[in-house]
Amino acid sequence: MDLKTLTFLVVGATFALYIGIAIWARAGTTKEFYVAGTGVHPVANGMATAADWMSAASFISMAGLIAFMGYDASVYLMGWTGGYVLLALLLAPYLRKFGKFTVSEFIGERYYSRTARLVAVLCLIVASVTYVIGQMKGVGVAFSRFLEVDFHTGVFVGMAIVFVYAVMGGMKGITYTQIAQYCVLIFAYTVPAIFISLNLTGNPIPQLGLGSHMTDGSGLALLDKLDMIVSDLGFAAYTAQKKSTLDMFLLTLSLMIGTAGLPHVIMRFFTVPKVADARSSAGWALVFIAILYTTAPAVGAMARLNLMNTIQTGPVGSADGNLIYADRPEWFKNWETTGLLQFEDKNGDGRIQYYDDKSASFADKAASFGWQGNEMIKVDRDIMVLANPEIANLPNWVIALVAAGGLAAALSTAAGLLLAISTAISHDVIKGMISPDISEAKELLASRLAMAGAIVVAGYLGMNPPGFAAQVVALAFGLAASSIFPALMMGIFNKNMDNIGAIVGMLVGLFSTLIYIFWFKGWFFVPGTEMAANTAENWFMGISPESFGAVGAGLNFLSAYVVSKITPPPPEHIQHLVEDIRVPMGAAKAAADH
Amino acid sequence: MSQQTQRQAYWSANLKLVAMCLAVWFVVSYLFGIILVDQLNAIKIGGYRLGFWFAQQGSMYIFVVLIFFYAARMRKLDQKFNVNED
Repeated sequence: MDLKTLTFLVVGATFALYIGIAIWARAGTTKEFYVAGTGVHPVANGMATAADWMSAASFISMAGLIAFMGYDASVYLMGWTGGYVLLALLLAPYLRKFGKFTVSEFIGERYYSRTARLVAVLCLIVASVTYVIGQMKGVGVAFSRFLEVDFHTGVFVGMAIVFVYAVMGGMKGITYTQIAQYCVLIFAYTVPAIFISLNLTGNPIPQLGLGSHMTDGSGLALLDKLDMIVSDLGFAAYTAQKKSTLDMFLLTLSLMIGTAGLPHVIMRFFTVPKVADARSSAGWALVFIAILYTTAPAVGAMARLNLMNTIQTGPVGSADGNLIYADRPEWFKNWETTGLLQFEDKNGDGRIQYYDDKSASFADKAASFGWQGNEMIKVDRDIMVLANPEIANLPNWVIALVAAGGLAAALSTAAGLLLAISTAISHDVIKGMISPDISEAKELLASRLAMAGAIVVAGYLGMNPPGFAAQVVALAFGLAASSIFPALMMGIFNKNMDNIGAIVGMLVGLFSTLIYIFWFKGWFFVPGTEMAANTAENWFMGISPESFGAVGAGLNFLSAYVVSKITPPPPEHIQHLVEDIRVPMGAAKAAADH
Repeated sequence: MSQQTQRQAYWSANLKLVAMCLAVWFVVSYLFGIILVDQLNAIKIGGYRLGFWFAQQGSMYIFVVLIFFYAARMRKLDQKFNVNED
């Protein structure tokens, strides 16, 4: 069977599975729609959270990022997993005890303030919409790459699938679909990694393979060999640090507290039956996430090694040390047709030279070899995971599986985000602010309509992504880190935090981060409006805009604390509320009262 | 013990546990993975340099263990101070 038919079959089968689950798990009440009736087993919830969390970016882009950044990419690995420790220890159990449906609802009640709730809703919508654009785009790319259908058709099909199970099943349908999606995506990610690890190091477990010795007879450890190969070509050593220590520290911290503050992640912990389950469920989520996140560094390093070895076939500088362009492997040609891999024979020798032509110390050497610049003029990071099965000569069904895995990652994250957006609209804005006495049936209808609307908007933005789409991810994490996380944490751990303190804190965190990002990236990302070039010399103390969320969070904590000291303490019943959420006892009752 | 003082004792026990876990969280990622990475890289375990291993593997394993450790200890505290749900 040819690859295209096989891919259609595998992707079609997974889609049929998702729809089947959706029909089985329809939501009948708002409680089922928003929090799956709080009846999801903690392990199942952990798996669904993992699928929710791991997006097209985690599945497709992260290993590529690691392949080219080496050690510096550790910030993403630690940042996007360490946040779950904060969630489990500082937020999830208490918010589950609070027993309501949304993050903004907690902020509104804890700070007895509609303004606070509104600020939270705004942050939530901006953060979620930003994210969902990328997912829809990911769906379109996966379709057009693997099934050779038009990009827009791909987005349409993706929208239709999400529409069926998200609108019908709400959180209930989404949760059970995500469990299936997790299984598809993790299988698709690990199978090629196992084969490649086996191939290079003889160890089938990629996490161990990365720390093993090569089986090519060189006797070198894989990472040492990789360091050697890339350094010989003028690139920075793979395991060496390139970013400043302060920036790495703050970026990791921003990603961690941003993760813990992202509403679509937090709301997953409202779905488990008990407070104790919220704690362990965060652990299960991290287990399932870590399976992919600890495999990714191996995939990245091994893909980089394979790529370098394919091109630099002999000693650097020897006349026949480089691959003859006409002899390039099949996968090389396939990716050239997509434009994601591009070659230009600058010195006209018919061979490929791939080296760092910006390295001053390597320039003389390169000139003495007769090299006239790096000839791999484009190596898109995203192809690393997608091309892996082809590079390792794996059978076609594995390639088909990777397509289904990429789609599963994009769809599961999109559904979770869409739910966060529609819940914010129907529960926080319509029921919470506009018409509080809306009936259950009408609220359910409103949430379905909001979901449908959100899908259309997300699909439209996915097809016509604003130019700044990639940059806004920094904004999403920055907002969650600097405004939502501190407000939630102080609401639980500081009984005396009052409404004015919290609102001032949120606004200080929000605006300091926004202004810092806009300062270097342009106001509202409009090109040409930046106040200073986005380079390390201009940054405040060398802190990049992506890393500023942690500083914003610090300013939030500080200003909220100072203001709360000079304004009246919160009323008695709020202090009781805080005491109440600190103990698990009575969680079932709190939920029933809703 | 009255319910009030019991709840306070439970909360301070919880805070102590959280502080301890966050100390470990900080040490394995920020201290071993970033600040001391060069010093630790002098030590090799198999083909891994230790600092690099903490940054790209070890910290994540320890995060997982940490959450389950916290959840288990809290389950005990919930029972000891009689504040569990059922």
